[in-house]
Amino acid sequence: MKSAWLEVKDGEIEASINLFLQKMLEEKLVDAVLVPAELPNKSDIAPTLITEPGILAQARPLAPVMPVSMARVVSRLTRVAPSQRKIAVLLRPCDLRSLVELVKLKQASLDNLLLISLDCYGTYSPADYREFCQDTPNPTDEFLRRVKDGDELNLREACQVCEYFVPQNADLVIGLLGVDVEKGVLLQAMTAQGEDVLAKLNLPGAEAEDRGAAIASLLAHRVESKERLFERVKKEMSGRDNLLDIFAACTSCYNCVEACPVCYCKECFLKSPAFEWEAEKYLDMAEKKGALRMPADTLLFHLTRLNHVGLSCTGCGLCQDACPSGIPLLPLFRHTGDEVQALFDYVPGRDLEEEPPLTMFDENELSWVG
Amino acid sequence: MNIQSSDNIDSAGVDLPTENSREKEFEPVLIGFFCKWCTSAAADLAGTTRLQYPPNIRPIQVTCSSSVDPVYVIRALLSGADGVIVGGCPPGDCHYGSGNLIARRRLAVLKTTLKALGLDEDRVWVRWISAAEGPKFARTMREFTEAMKKKGPSPFKNSWSV
Repeated sequence: MKSAWLEVKDGEIEASINLFLQKMLEEKLVDAVLVPAELPNKSDIAPTLITEPGILAQARPLAPVMPVSMARVVSRLTRVAPSQRKIAVLLRPCDLRSLVELVKLKQASLDNLLLISLDCYGTYSPADYREFCQDTPNPTDEFLRRVKDGDELNLREACQVCEYFVPQNADLVIGLLGVDVEKGVLLQAMTAQGEDVLAKLNLPGAEAEDRGAAIASLLAHRVESKERLFERVKKEMSGRDNLLDIFAACTSCYNCVEACPVCYCKECFLKSPAFEWEAEKYLDMAEKKGALRMPADTLLFHLTRLNHVGLSCTGCGLCQDACPSGIPLLPLFRHTGDEVQALFDYVPGRDLEEEPPLTMFDENELSWVG
Repeated sequence: MNIQSSDNIDSAGVDLPTENSREKEFEPVLIGFFCKWCTSAAADLAGTTRLQYPPNIRPIQVTCSSSVDPVYVIRALLSGADGVIVGGCPPGDCHYGSGNLIARRRLAVLKTTLKALGLDEDRVWVRWISAAEGPKFARTMREFTEAMKKKGPSPFKNSWSV
């Protein structure tokens, strides 16, 4: 597959990407670009559907922050009906994986989308990002420089343990790892559609760079962090006592559900009348144990959610960011997700053709279950 | 089927007369979700052929093992049940074709989830018992009751902050 080179001028890395996006829009290769952009308040970033090329100067494709799931945004955009016009969508690798899951679950359509993703060094929580912006001029480029220098920045826990930082299933990949970003940014076409864009824009070709070493070294680091996290989960976050302690802070606000890219049910079963009872039933439950925490079913909610979305969980950690009580959801979801996915050798978002495991079966399997 | 009135069950778990010992032996509270086409029929067969099995099990008839949403299994465990057993048709013999195979995947995920969270996944059993297997039903209930007795009371028995 072909690669192109986006030249970086005056050290403005992100601007070179924006220029490319702008060119695509001006040349009418796409009708719109969906990309994280800086809002007029100059401090917040949100996914923005841009049709006016000039506004792409405000795009922040490299901003190390993920306030909402872009996969959810694409679902919102295409669930009622697939897009009739061409839209370039720029999203992080985890969000792209979540999007693939949503497509499999018939909650989004990739029709007429051009998927662009990037080597992801990780993100801050929205609060940490705001703070980072306050004492850093040109925060997005500066972040990239620092992280490339090996600075251990205070990244979100989900990002620290993510092994899927190189995008899968994108049409175009913005290559940053193993690339001297002061000179330029690599643009790799991964599909025929991506190649077509590079050809039409007449971008200068790039030398085939060997990025393998840079990728392998980051991967080793991430896997090591993940193993450490899993050890902590096993020691400090599992078993009845730990789980009750952890979820004691839950207020049943359902923010984790709203933030989760793959928790998509229109009507949550746990909010359905199946879980509404008359006072007598609650009193019964209270009498059995002497008391009943209200609203009831906190742990039932979390265990059910872990069980329900574990197979599709991409470990983005947005649930943890969304929790007003600071419950450490990511370690639990990441660990449980890895375990249940391993049952079926399933990696969420790896391949569009891979059926979700619970929609199929094999007569001769899982004999240990019963 | 061996059905007790719910009043007896709900007030204080199972209250069986103890024969020789004064101290009461731990009697596990067990919930069974049994497919109507196989395990439930096997329970009837066990009953009509007067096979003995412990009364700890509270059978709940379901249309298919695949209609057991894991949330109900979790609910039973968190409410203090000492064990939950799902009974379905042997693989290949599902009344609806493949419900039991779907159930098997679902319950594999549930057991793995419980294990990953450090909860005892062996309190959840899945067994395939056809309508003709009355003796197997009685034997399985004896084994299940014994195994849960050995485990002792569920750690959630008195947790009111769930």
